[in-house]
Amino acid sequence: MSAVDQNRAASRAAAGGLSLAALAPWIAAIVALALLPLVFSDNSAITIMNQMAITIVFALAYNMLLGQGGMLSFGHAVYMGLGGFFSVHLMNWMEDDLVALPLPLLPIFGGLFGLLFAMLIGSFSTRKAGTVFAMISLGVGELIAACSIIVVAFFGGEEGVSGDRTYGVPVFGIEFIRHVEVYYLTAFWLIVAAALMYLFSRTPVGRMANAVRDNPERAEFVGYSARWVRYVSFCASGFFAGIAGALFAVNYEILTEENLNLATSGTILLVTFLGGVGFFYGPVIGAVVFTLLATVLKLQTELWQLYVGALFVATVMFFPGGLAGLIAIHATPWRLGKLGGLAVPYLKTLLPGVIGLLALCAAAELAFHNREAPAGESTMGLFWMEVDTHSPLTWAVVAVVAVGGLWLANRGAPALKAAWDEATTPSDGGRS
Amino acid sequence: MKRGSRLSLVVAAAIGLSAAAASAESIKIAFIDPLSGPFASTGVNGLHQYEFAADTLVNAKGGVLGGKTFEVIGFDNQTSPKESLIQLQVAIDQGIKYIVQGNSSGVAHAITEAVEKHNKRNPDQRVLFLNYSAVDPALTNEKCNFWHFRFDANADIKMDALTDVMAADQNIKKVYIVGQDYSFGKAVAEAAVAMLGEKRPDIEIVGNELHPIGKVKDFTPYARKIIAAEADAVITGNWGTDMLGLGKAILENGFKGPIYTYYAAADGITAAFGAAGDGSLRLVAEGPDAPPQTAEGKAYVEAFKKKFPDGNVSQARIANVINMLAGAMEKAGTADDVVAVAKALEGMKVTSIWGGELYMRPEDHQLIQDVHIFAHTKVDAPFDFDNSGYGLKYESTVENASADIATTCQMERP
Amino acid sequence: MSLILLNLIDGLVTGLLLFMLSSGLTLIFSMMGVLNFAHASFYMLGAYFAYQISAAIGFWPGLIVAPLIVGVLGALVERYGLRRVHKYGHVPELIFTFGLALLIEEIVKFFWGTAQVPFLKPESLAFPLFHIAGNAVEAYKIFMIFISMAIFIGLLLILTRTRVGLIIQAALSHPQTVETLGHNVPLIFMGVFGVGTALAGLAGVIAGPVLGTFPGMAIVLGSIVFVTIVVGGLGSLWGALAASLLIGWITTFAASYNVGLADILTALGFERPEDLSETIFRDAWTLTLPQIGPILPYLLMVLILVFRPYGLFGKREV
Repeated sequence: MSAVDQNRAASRAAAGGLSLAALAPWIAAIVALALLPLVFSDNSAITIMNQMAITIVFALAYNMLLGQGGMLSFGHAVYMGLGGFFSVHLMNWMEDDLVALPLPLLPIFGGLFGLLFAMLIGSFSTRKAGTVFAMISLGVGELIAACSIIVVAFFGGEEGVSGDRTYGVPVFGIEFIRHVEVYYLTAFWLIVAAALMYLFSRTPVGRMANAVRDNPERAEFVGYSARWVRYVSFCASGFFAGIAGALFAVNYEILTEENLNLATSGTILLVTFLGGVGFFYGPVIGAVVFTLLATVLKLQTELWQLYVGALFVATVMFFPGGLAGLIAIHATPWRLGKLGGLAVPYLKTLLPGVIGLLALCAAAELAFHNREAPAGESTMGLFWMEVDTHSPLTWAVVAVVAVGGLWLANRGAPALKAAWDEATTPSDGGRS
Repeated sequence: MKRGSRLSLVVAAAIGLSAAAASAESIKIAFIDPLSGPFASTGVNGLHQYEFAADTLVNAKGGVLGGKTFEVIGFDNQTSPKESLIQLQVAIDQGIKYIVQGNSSGVAHAITEAVEKHNKRNPDQRVLFLNYSAVDPALTNEKCNFWHFRFDANADIKMDALTDVMAADQNIKKVYIVGQDYSFGKAVAEAAVAMLGEKRPDIEIVGNELHPIGKVKDFTPYARKIIAAEADAVITGNWGTDMLGLGKAILENGFKGPIYTYYAAADGITAAFGAAGDGSLRLVAEGPDAPPQTAEGKAYVEAFKKKFPDGNVSQARIANVINMLAGAMEKAGTADDVVAVAKALEGMKVTSIWGGELYMRPEDHQLIQDVHIFAHTKVDAPFDFDNSGYGLKYESTVENASADIATTCQMERP
Repeated sequence: MSLILLNLIDGLVTGLLLFMLSSGLTLIFSMMGVLNFAHASFYMLGAYFAYQISAAIGFWPGLIVAPLIVGVLGALVERYGLRRVHKYGHVPELIFTFGLALLIEEIVKFFWGTAQVPFLKPESLAFPLFHIAGNAVEAYKIFMIFISMAIFIGLLLILTRTRVGLIIQAALSHPQTVETLGHNVPLIFMGVFGVGTALAGLAGVIAGPVLGTFPGMAIVLGSIVFVTIVVGGLGSLWGALAASLLIGWITTFAASYNVGLADILTALGFERPEDLSETIFRDAWTLTLPQIGPILPYLLMVLILVFRPYGLFGKREV
């Protein structure tokens, strides 16, 4: 097959959009989601997986704005929260027999409620992109978060609104009492929402969102109103955020002020950026990694937020493409079959670098332990070892490892750079 | 802190390899409170108090049920209802049957409802919720359930004691009430108005208002209003920086009368008030005098300060929680059957190590105990707070406060 | 009447404090086009450094030294952080400062703990200077007013009377032209960033003893500072001053007068329902002005952005 034919085949596949290669990741995801509870069957593991799924839906919805539309929002928790609050009220109405609804349909209504508010607020906030949009989102976010304490009738004040998910119309006899039943409901909606959001990014409006992000004037010349494109993206994002809110309501059966406030909005920005805004699957990686950090790391150290903060700043400074970007830059060496050539330089540079950074963390832990621990308790568990926090030897070892590791990493950097250039350059002089 | 040692256990729980089998020798208690975030200092100090209470009052005395020890495990909820529910599930999966929590009534509402649902849905995995600090009256009234026990005096009981003392003070003619705009702030204001109206109808409420929680930068305008209204006394349920900001603004504005508070002590607040609060700040709570009136209580505080020099025994009721829980297990003869332990707790009467009687009312699971009005004043180490030379001394005491207070609780027992 | 006078003074103190933050931020924004989310974090650092210094050698050295340290830190952040991110565009810059704000808060918690630290005002100023109808006005408040006024006049003089000031003014409106003229714009950026953060640090030093020194102090003030510069109009020092004072007085007066929505509703002819717990609009009947005081600035900002995107005094759109 000639190169031309190959190109044709590729474009046919892209036009049809449903080739096997395009479907493969989705099928893999469905299979993985179906099998996961068999491997991780604890209720707490399922709770954490549900939390991941909710974060993924929310982060994907957020990335419709940030990644695809170039709109930075500091108040997107509002739409997820409102969808969630409405869903809890629906659950309470189901309990009082005011409405009869199977629980799996709840996310649709949560989404519609999010959409309703996105339509209202988007009507003025999406007139401009950039800082104007960011500041309006911040202001509206603060206003609605403040309302959640004041308007007790809808938001329930500080203790929030709680419900019971088991009063829906049973589906095939399932009443969603067990965690695993809720998991499959969440996983189902995760796939549906992700697929819809993926398809949205392939629609003309979804494509134009990218154009408007990069160059609004030229997009206008093509005949699209930049404002209209932003508005549609914003509404769609509000809808999917509302779905995430409804899933939250089903899982936790309680919604509070924290679902609306600035901290939650900031967290989703962090999650999305960490994962990578330039790729559809970036927020998925971000949500999984962040949820693991927030659950596993948190149980190990009180300083976890310090590490997450440092990781975030480092990501913005050095890898603006996020984790997905890091994966994506390896596509070229992989295509060229030169990925193997990177292994040794990586080992020589990154390994000491990581060890050096871990030693820095260890120093932080030691210092923190010395200040916070009970008087006389001078040992702590550190990387599976018992160490004496007051002994100069411990500090010396940590210092040597940190300095040594970072020095080795620094020394290996030029070699890594050279290997990287070599691996990304086609060996036969440019032809492939 | 037992965090490092829990590493493998937690990873296992988090990725679901296996639920750690509870060791036969120890009875685990899950402490779900903020260990990071803005309220971490309160939470970490609380965890230290629990660990110390378990070690001193149970483990050092040979444990319960023939040698089983108490082990307190901290779970960080960052004062977030969502995180609390996740941590609750992790704790339950580790086989823990006793949950303690106290900071924020909002979190307590979330946990008590989650525990009730969990126990209904999983009768073989039931847990008890021992609330040591959340004082929203609703928790032992309309929202009460069999699995929830409250060891602090609730907001109404404290207000009952406070208004008893205020009613006896003939210098008080005008009272100003100011609080945070949420359920607890509103509960304090409502109780104050109702009880003062009943006990001293001649007292005029010259101000009654709510401010947004955690959002007010400068409390000076509130202080100005209090002086302008010529109030003789101020009542506030504020806590944290809202307490400190309000209190300092009022004092700086030249207010000389009493400021009656719920939470104006420890966690940096006592140190920050320092000499300025002497003579004005009052606090209503349970707990020991400075120094504690019982020998056991005195030794307890001295030993705690030796182990945690920067900590405070600021929630003395934690010792009551541990003592009563151990007592209930001995009475029930089991630590695994939480229904039996709960039934043993109901109606239990013991003497606190701080002096005074404790009685767990069976109708609503509200602990009835002595409530004191404390004065913020000079206190010698180690009985001061924040190592500041200031602390809390008894001013007056209401024994078995509100033992007959009405409850709307309709308890459903298993 | 005397209460109004008091509120004017209190609002002036709050407003001028806001101005010390917003003046630096608006200069940074207009020159570099980046809204520095971490600006209030430098304010917090100023307070903590001054607390540490005052614990060792007293308040007055801290008043000078702490802002200098903060300024140097700010310049370093610009040189090694922001400049690096600059090439990726404005959104990553904004996200960088957002992350920096989170990180600084965690660092502060790491070194000083989560509880409030006892940072006290100097003894020499902690006395009531005069009384108005029984209310004390502390000497420290008057000191705060004088310091911020001095800063404002100083800034104004530098910007209008010195060569550096003229270049900065030119860079505010025509950054590219200034660069073409051969001025070292990156150096100016670094300098302005350093001075702006030092001002924020100074604000922290003088506000710390009054408003409290705790890890949440940056968040409490942070977003209000944005609101101020957006309302005032970007790049306008006068706009920043006007908006700061406006917001200072709005929040002070809103906290002072218990106007209830119920009064307004009654005046409009609505009737208060007998049983509030049954109606969905029950919260409207209990709402008072102090409850919504702190969020009024946000409402103001949203309205300004919708109807007048260049703010009260600004010449450029946000």
